[in-house]
Amino acid sequence: MMSIEIDDDEKEDTSRRPAKAVVGSHRDEQEVFGKVYDPRIVRRIWSFVKPYRGRILISVVAVLVFTLTQLAIPLIIRHAIDNGMKAGSADRAVLAWTVGVFALVILINYAASYMQENVVGKVAEMVLSDLRRAMFNHLQRVSLSFMDKTEVGRLMSRLQGDVNSMQEFLETSVMSVGDIALLFGIVSVLLWLDLRLGLLTLSTMPALFVVRLFWLPRAKVAFMAAHETNSIANGALAEGIHGVRTVQSLERQHVNFDLYDEKVLANLNTHLTSARYAQIMVPIVDTLTGIAMATVIVVGGSMVLDRSLDIGVMVAFLFYIQRFFDPIRSLTMQYSVMQRAMASGERVSEVLDVPLDVKDKADAVALSADMEGSVEFRKVTFGYRKNQPVLRNVSFRVNPGEIVALVGPTGSGKSSCMALAHRFYDVWDGQVLVGGLDVRDLTQGSLGEQIAMVLQEPFLFSGSVFENIRYNKMDASREDVIRAAQAVGAHDFIAQLPDGYDTQLEQRGGNLSLGQRQLISFARALVANAKILVLDEATASIDSYTEMLIQKALIRLLEGRTGLVIAHRLATVRGADRIIVLQNGEVIESGNHDQLMAAKGLYSRLYTMNYTSFDDILGAVETQTPIATT
Amino acid sequence: MNADASNSALKRRDSFAHVAEASWGKGLSTLLRITRMTLRHPWQVAITLISTFLAATLQLFIPRLLGQAIDQAQGVIGQGADSGAEHALWITALILFVVSMLRGFFTMLQNYFGEAVGHQTGYELRLAFYEKIQRLSFSFHDRVHTGDLITLGLLDLDGVRMFFSTGLVRVVLLGVLVGVGAFLLVRTDILLGLLSLSFVPFVAWRSSVTQLALRSTWLMLQDRLSVLSRVMDENLGGIRVVRAFAAQAHELKKFDRAKEAALELAKRRVDIRVGNTSAMNLSFFAAMALVLWFGGEKVIAGEISVGTLAQFLTFMTILQMPVRQLGLMVNSFARASTCGTRLLALLDLDLDIKDAPGAKDLVITEGVLRFENVGFRYAGASSTAALSDISFEAKAGETIGIVGPPGSGKSTIAHLVPRFYDVSSGRITIDGQDIARVTLQSLRKAVGVVQQDAFLFTTSIENNIAYGNPWAREQRIERAAESAQLHNYIIGLPAGYTTVVGERGASLSGGQRQRLAIARSLMLRPSVLIFDDSTAAIDAGTEQRIRTAMRRFAKDRVTLIISHRLSSLMHSDQILFVENGRIVERGTHAELLAAGGRYRALYDLQLRPEDERRARNEGA
Repeated sequence: MMSIEIDDDEKEDTSRRPAKAVVGSHRDEQEVFGKVYDPRIVRRIWSFVKPYRGRILISVVAVLVFTLTQLAIPLIIRHAIDNGMKAGSADRAVLAWTVGVFALVILINYAASYMQENVVGKVAEMVLSDLRRAMFNHLQRVSLSFMDKTEVGRLMSRLQGDVNSMQEFLETSVMSVGDIALLFGIVSVLLWLDLRLGLLTLSTMPALFVVRLFWLPRAKVAFMAAHETNSIANGALAEGIHGVRTVQSLERQHVNFDLYDEKVLANLNTHLTSARYAQIMVPIVDTLTGIAMATVIVVGGSMVLDRSLDIGVMVAFLFYIQRFFDPIRSLTMQYSVMQRAMASGERVSEVLDVPLDVKDKADAVALSADMEGSVEFRKVTFGYRKNQPVLRNVSFRVNPGEIVALVGPTGSGKSSCMALAHRFYDVWDGQVLVGGLDVRDLTQGSLGEQIAMVLQEPFLFSGSVFENIRYNKMDASREDVIRAAQAVGAHDFIAQLPDGYDTQLEQRGGNLSLGQRQLISFARALVANAKILVLDEATASIDSYTEMLIQKALIRLLEGRTGLVIAHRLATVRGADRIIVLQNGEVIESGNHDQLMAAKGLYSRLYTMNYTSFDDILGAVETQTPIATT
Repeated sequence: MNADASNSALKRRDSFAHVAEASWGKGLSTLLRITRMTLRHPWQVAITLISTFLAATLQLFIPRLLGQAIDQAQGVIGQGADSGAEHALWITALILFVVSMLRGFFTMLQNYFGEAVGHQTGYELRLAFYEKIQRLSFSFHDRVHTGDLITLGLLDLDGVRMFFSTGLVRVVLLGVLVGVGAFLLVRTDILLGLLSLSFVPFVAWRSSVTQLALRSTWLMLQDRLSVLSRVMDENLGGIRVVRAFAAQAHELKKFDRAKEAALELAKRRVDIRVGNTSAMNLSFFAAMALVLWFGGEKVIAGEISVGTLAQFLTFMTILQMPVRQLGLMVNSFARASTCGTRLLALLDLDLDIKDAPGAKDLVITEGVLRFENVGFRYAGASSTAALSDISFEAKAGETIGIVGPPGSGKSTIAHLVPRFYDVSSGRITIDGQDIARVTLQSLRKAVGVVQQDAFLFTTSIENNIAYGNPWAREQRIERAAESAQLHNYIIGLPAGYTTVVGERGASLSGGQRQRLAIARSLMLRPSVLIFDDSTAAIDAGTEQRIRTAMRRFAKDRVTLIISHRLSSLMHSDQILFVENGRIVERGTHAELLAAGGRYRALYDLQLRPEDERRARNEGA
């Protein structure tokens, strides 16, 4: 291998723009629009709306009443004009009476609009909330195989964005019932008032339909482009903010600025295009309205002159025309909303449809707190992907109170053993027994209570230090928490935090060092007070001082418990009662340190090769395992 | 602007305060500045305003024309001959058609150019914002949360961008409609005119109040939703912990609490919104009923024609929409002034680290790095100095190791050389040139820092390595990767150097990320190369190979190794032991061991057992 650093004198041409440099990443856009109607998804949405069907019914009735009152108003005006103030036969009483009816109608209108919008608005919020909860709840139960494959970011966008567009759909779909009613109402009333004039006036309506049918697909492309370039530009901005330290230390600001400029400019242009598309409809609709009104004036006006039409009817026509295009406009918009909702519904369903493959049997028993605390693997075969077993026929037993270290190269299956003991996954073949019982016969909750787990990367939640240590052991007192912290040697630094145990942690415990976070996660495991401790030893950059603390804490943590430890540090390995060496998913050696050293196998080779840890030993091996299974 | 002021201006305070603060005072000067910004596109602004004016005026014609047509149809005006009346109707219809068409045309221009001005302004602001963010120093970025910056760059910027089309243009539109319209109506008939306008004050008031209430509750809702999404995000991110502790029920309870809080507020918002829209509708229709009643009486009394009555009623219909939108306009003003104040505060920030006046490019001759009595304290941290009295010198070819307990200030030393922060006292020179007096660009090209937590960009490995030198040839990229002991791994990947890594790409292990960061720094051919605790996740053997690979070229450069792992730096020409911001021991490995101080204690802790074991093994 040539290990020559850069020493060529070829001048790179920095005057031209770098060909491959990028800012931001182009994410594969999810399908934004789906089919307009997909019965499966509508059924799914319906299942969430169903609990509120009484209210939905009320709001549909309210929206119909509302529409009727909207339709009635021009008719009332017409009545007032034709019967109340007709030249010659004017009748004040009719006028007063008609105004009274008007007052009544607007009160009904008020009540109906309040009912409808209030009920729909709240139902939509509640459905949204239920939907989110159902997804969240489901994700709490699906097996980790699904979670491993799915990015958290993608799931979050489903929990948020997709659920939101479903809400929009719910809100507008009741409105569109009203729109359809209004459309048909206007058409019927116009034809009923005067068939000929009605037909003539309505003849402009198909024109708008045709125009919009022609316009919609093109406009949608333009809107999508604007949307997409926008998210690209925003992505580049977010990257610029997150990576600013690297950008500055590598002096990339100029290049990035130019590249960002390009993206923002593209966004500007697509926005302008889509604005053109959006606005082109305005004069068209106005012109058509103008034509319709002109028709009423000429045709209706002549009819009035002929005395074949009441003047009030003409006034009513003119009022209706002003409302005429609104429902058409919102209905065509509703079409896109519906498509979007279908696409979102599809993605929401995907999450809700993930089968629960790891779940409690009907007759599952609770693991009792006074079980002996052994862990046994019997001929376990397991993998994440079909035909690619990660563990092959693995058998071993950890006796109560014993501490067993798992050792082996990256990808040898250590972490999988850990996950199986806790039944994060189900084995393909063989059995995992805890306290002498097959984990599949136990309830997951009781298993979780008896097996505490400490992960390599300590994960803390937002909230106070106290809440993090107590976690879901709600009956643990403050004293219990402090005692646990003292035991693992975390008390001193916690006491020094601004608010001691009540100090709020920043996102993922960002205001603590990695070592401190690890100690808190130890304390959490101690409070959980489980018989069995499964532990993936921390390997990351912890300074020697903290490391000493952690080693001490570890000994305290394992006292009187059965321990299954993925060991990276020699100190832990040597302290174990027994060492199991895994390679390619098989147990190849087992015994205590001295036995294994004497055997001169893989263990002794690894041991002599390395300085202080078993970590990352395998510069050479790692090419075989591009993505670790942990 | 000083740092503290900027800090408070950028902070997102309590939601209600936003809105209250928005309305007056500081907000006004912000709005003026935003208005001036839009004026950078004078033609488009002019077209928008003229079109708005024309569209509104044309719209005012429509009720008159309709009223006129009704009267003509009744034969009130075109008395007598039928053909004359019909002729008049034709003319009215034609005018109405043309007016409608023109109104549509001007509305289109108004909307389009209004949006165009907004988008253009947004474009300029986005670039200015990006440029500023890229240049603001580390101390700024330490202080301000990335999430807040992103919100500033997305939402706040949008608030400013929309100001022209949703705020200013609406003022003109509404002014013309209400002003001119009221004049025309009142002139025609005082009583009916006043009655037709009677709903305006009520709707204007309700709409403004509602929009402001909705805005402040919206900001609160955002807060609650962000709590909710944090619960979800942490739950999904920490799913293994949740499962390990069988804490699903606990998590669901947390979720429900956050969910209920958000839902309760969302419902309250529905109440605010719906209560007010319904009330506004009612007041509008009530005014219409009054006009119909009193107008009807007047028609009966022969004071006005049916056409005039229809004119009043149509005018009300036309006025209804813009008056309701008054709330949106008020909202747009409030939003622009709060968002704008925050955004402008950032754009106005002085760059605290920038080229000194008359700065020259750094010229590397001998390659000597000197710290002269350097002291440093972080902005805001008033009491203790992070570093004091740091002096050392390193010549090209030398390696300096810096070791010390966590928080001792060793990383700070690394951050001072490329001027991520400026020294508080003393000075740092490279070949006799004070780094504060040379151009930042030349300095940072000469100083490579491999940072502790390597940030990877979501792009190919190749692009990541060449990040600081995107013009580099492929061979150079490969050679840098070879030196960093990463080449073999990369060519083993299916897509090789074009494999996409980073947040949305394939995941690399901690050690691989660090090696990539090393390769990236090597691409700059730095004269000073600093490893800031950046080999912690790399195993000792690989680290050894990296050192060997780089040694050939190390003769032209100063290497600073900051580490808590002694094996990484025990071969250095000089080792500095830093504690509480001071150098407490210095010397070579052997000297420091012999001195029997802190370094020795650390050695006993970390390496001696292993050294002895190795010695034993080798002996055996």
